[in-house]
Amino acid sequence: MSEGASTGFQIHPMDQFIVKPLFGGDHIAWYTVTNVTLWMAIAVVVIAALLMLGTRRRAIVPSRSQSVAELLYGFIHNMVEEVTGHDGVKYFPYVMTLFLFILFSNLLGLLPMSFTTTSHVAVTMTLAMLVFVGVTVLGFVKNGIGFLSMFWVSSAPLVIRPILAVIEVISYFVRPVSHSIRLAGNLMAGHAVIKVIAGFATLAVASPVIVGAVTAIYALELLVACVQAYVFTILTCVYLRDAVGGAHH
Amino acid sequence: MATEAHDAAAGAHGAGEAVGMPQLDISTWPNQIFWLLVTLVAIYLIVTRVAVPRIGAVLAERRGTITNDLAAAEELKLKATEAEAAYNEALATARAEAAKIVAAAKAEIEADLAKATAKADADIEAKAAVSEQRIAEIRAGALESVTEVAKDTAKELVSVLGGKADARSITAAVTARMKG
Repeated sequence: MSEGASTGFQIHPMDQFIVKPLFGGDHIAWYTVTNVTLWMAIAVVVIAALLMLGTRRRAIVPSRSQSVAELLYGFIHNMVEEVTGHDGVKYFPYVMTLFLFILFSNLLGLLPMSFTTTSHVAVTMTLAMLVFVGVTVLGFVKNGIGFLSMFWVSSAPLVIRPILAVIEVISYFVRPVSHSIRLAGNLMAGHAVIKVIAGFATLAVASPVIVGAVTAIYALELLVACVQAYVFTILTCVYLRDAVGGAHH
Repeated sequence: MATEAHDAAAGAHGAGEAVGMPQLDISTWPNQIFWLLVTLVAIYLIVTRVAVPRIGAVLAERRGTITNDLAAAEELKLKATEAEAAYNEALATARAEAAKIVAAAKAEIEADLAKATAKADADIEAKAAVSEQRIAEIRAGALESVTEVAKDTAKELVSVLGGKADARSITAAVTARMKG
């Protein structure tokens, strides 16, 4: 990435990820209002507009915005019900909250000059840890010590069960890492690639090609934004099933 | 990995400016995590207080409406089938009734016709009998007249020829002759 600067291009693909205070100052305390705050607030406003204003008429025959809200509701509701089973439906609001936040953060991040909150490991790691800790606590509350039996693969031969148990435990603790890095990595990479390619547009000869390339990658990023929100959510459901649906794989 | 965050963007932490990935600048993490939790709580409240009850109610209501409409349609269909059956039955009844009436009328007409024919036959027979009698009478009368005429003629002939006509002998002669 430093070759951009050395050949005279002014490409700073990572600058878009810098967290900075909105109202000046250079110290970022935990309560400082930053661009993170701004874009998370915008996400909340957009979600509120869709879910509250869109459905305020409670129409039997829905308006467009109500249709979108119902579509999101039905999509996540079905996903939770299909993956976690009937007992998991009561955790639907939590899953819905995660999905809405990730989806709208991803999509808002695609606006030019915006800040993508979900491209930060701090954010996605917090989300993943919420899921991880929540699922683990729920598993022990629901199944007691029996929750540990999901690491003891009873369908395997007795000899290799201890080995499998070690592998299962490791994979269980790796979950939040893969869960969070996948989301942040995808978004960060996509946004950085757009910035890098767009930076080459300063070469007049290349700019027509660059405009086409940026458009194509932007379309791909739209897809990635939705797919990653979907992936994060369905993995959350899969983990939730371990806790809710008993100790089996 | 090193990126030069240029000055305008570098309101950030002193150490964060030149470091490659702002994501790995731990000093901003508390801030991000705090605002993330605030955001999640806000979205959670929107979802649980407004969206889920409202959309759930709308979906349930719509499902109910559709179910009711389908049931109503089913009922109406049943009614239509019933009405059609009733109509067909009425049609069949009317047809049978009509056939019965036609048959009755036919029978009546036939009976009348037979009666009339019989009466006409009887009349004709009676008239024929009367006529026959008359003919017989006429024939008898004619025979008598012939006898009378023959007697008269014979008497006249006898008297013209100069004989004395004896009524008894003439009658006997005529009768003998008529038997002839």
